[in-house]
Amino acid sequence: MSTKQMPAIDVERVAKLAMLPLTDDEKKLFASQLSSILSYVAKLNEVDTTNVEPTAQVTGLTNVFREDEVDTTRILSQNEALKNAPASYNGFVKVKVIIWR
Amino acid sequence: MEINSLTIQSALDVLKKKECSARELVAFYLDRIEKIDGKINAFLTVDREGALQQADEADSMRANDVTKPLLGMPIACKDLFTTKGLRTTAGAKIIDNYVPPFDASVVGRLKEAGAIIIGKTNEDAWGHGSSGENSDFDVTKNPYDLTRVPGGSSSGSAAAVAAGMCLAATGTDTGSSVRLPAAFCNLVGIKPTYGRVSRYGVIAMASSFDTIGHMTKTVADCALVYETTSGKDLFDGTTPDIDVPSYAKSLGKGIAGTRVGIPKEYLSLPGMAAEVKAATQQAMKTLGLLGADIIEISLPHTEYAMACYYILVPSEVSSNLSRYDGIRYGHERSAFGAEAKRRIVLGTFALSAGYYDAYYKKAAKVRTLIKKDFDDAFGAVDVIMAPSSPALPFRIGEKSEDPLAMYLSDIFMCPVNIAGVPALNVPCGFVDGLPVGMQLIGPQFSEARLFGVASAYEAATQWHTKWPKT
Repeated sequence: MSTKQMPAIDVERVAKLAMLPLTDDEKKLFASQLSSILSYVAKLNEVDTTNVEPTAQVTGLTNVFREDEVDTTRILSQNEALKNAPASYNGFVKVKVIIWR
Repeated sequence: MEINSLTIQSALDVLKKKECSARELVAFYLDRIEKIDGKINAFLTVDREGALQQADEADSMRANDVTKPLLGMPIACKDLFTTKGLRTTAGAKIIDNYVPPFDASVVGRLKEAGAIIIGKTNEDAWGHGSSGENSDFDVTKNPYDLTRVPGGSSSGSAAAVAAGMCLAATGTDTGSSVRLPAAFCNLVGIKPTYGRVSRYGVIAMASSFDTIGHMTKTVADCALVYETTSGKDLFDGTTPDIDVPSYAKSLGKGIAGTRVGIPKEYLSLPGMAAEVKAATQQAMKTLGLLGADIIEISLPHTEYAMACYYILVPSEVSSNLSRYDGIRYGHERSAFGAEAKRRIVLGTFALSAGYYDAYYKKAAKVRTLIKKDFDDAFGAVDVIMAPSSPALPFRIGEKSEDPLAMYLSDIFMCPVNIAGVPALNVPCGFVDGLPVGMQLIGPQFSEARLFGVASAYEAATQWHTKWPKT
């Protein structure tokens, strides 16, 4: 992360990681827009974070447990769960082939 | 009945005195939506049939002396809020056919309190935006000036309340999305303490930042709805078991001796509109005249807040949006809009091997320092007062080609989400017919104090009574 040169994102590689189909125009546009955003965030390098712990939870909660019991109010019926699926078969969600032999 | 001037409080009074029925009240709003929303685009779905049915139920409950805090009140929900049997799109075409089989916890609580869900409001898709222009559907217009944005991402909710199409509307605030539209549409809007209101069933944007708020015309209305939505929910592990006080009882007390901090970094921001600065200083003066002690404070890491936010939030966004694959519901990933794609790419990059430490982890450490700025400030003051937006509502199209310029319009708001503290937007002025808002920010779980200060300010001013002529 250098403040001197414009940082670049390999949009093609990242889009593949995110399973995100992009058009050629989008790839070009995002490469330039994201490069200017990365130049902006390079500012963070000015901040001394030696001995600073990262924060992801702001209200100080640690692990929150509940009893491992079936709670019927949290359950959808098979019918309800499948209602929005574009394709289903015998009570299951139908998907495209993802593994070929 | 002058519908545009009704508030929840006055509408409850009207129903109580039997001056009209809940059915008549709801029908008024449905007709008004039909009449004026064609030029505002606040709603994506209007549930005429369901709303009238709920209104009939409310009338029969009232006839049987059932009392509920929001009985018969027409409320709209941002389309991020999952509503059982009522289409929920997140403002995004990729799930434009999704009809949820369950209610978000907050929606369930509102219904339980007697509220009537009148419809679902337009928004920047997934909550990604500050103007409403990132909706995959139509652009919502500001009821005060139809050539300008209403603020986002809860754009339709703000426009709907401001234009008198419902009495309150829900919103989510991940970086500004309740407060900015509230500021641009002259409303009271609450950004809760992180975890005070359940996120369950509200489509996630950035899970460690998302908060679930709402917008109303007055502070009292805002407090009343907040009593309903706040509190621990077994469906959301991040809602702590902390009692919900009666927020309505915190209103109407004086603020003599309340220490109000003004961050020096905020008012000296280059590029801040002079008229917004003047309105903020005037509001500061009013608070002083009411007996508050105005104290200059420092939030030294302010200039790093947006950089921190625009690494952490897209990272969480990319993770949350990975579930939209068109298999269980919705369409394939190519149907994402441009802003969602942009954030998925940025976030996936910041989390990817080789870049994680330099971007995500670095930003998470800076988050610690920004949060500490607020902790330190609240050692010396009770609340912080700051402008909501550095500018007036901008013209549609003005910033839509430059994502970075759009992102930077949230400079006074994003730090609040980074620290997880609560804030209210309160109307504090008009410039050329356009509303100006200010924020009151408090320590975590100090919402009662914010409502108290806001109600004292509101009682001393008339801004909240100025409604658009739509």
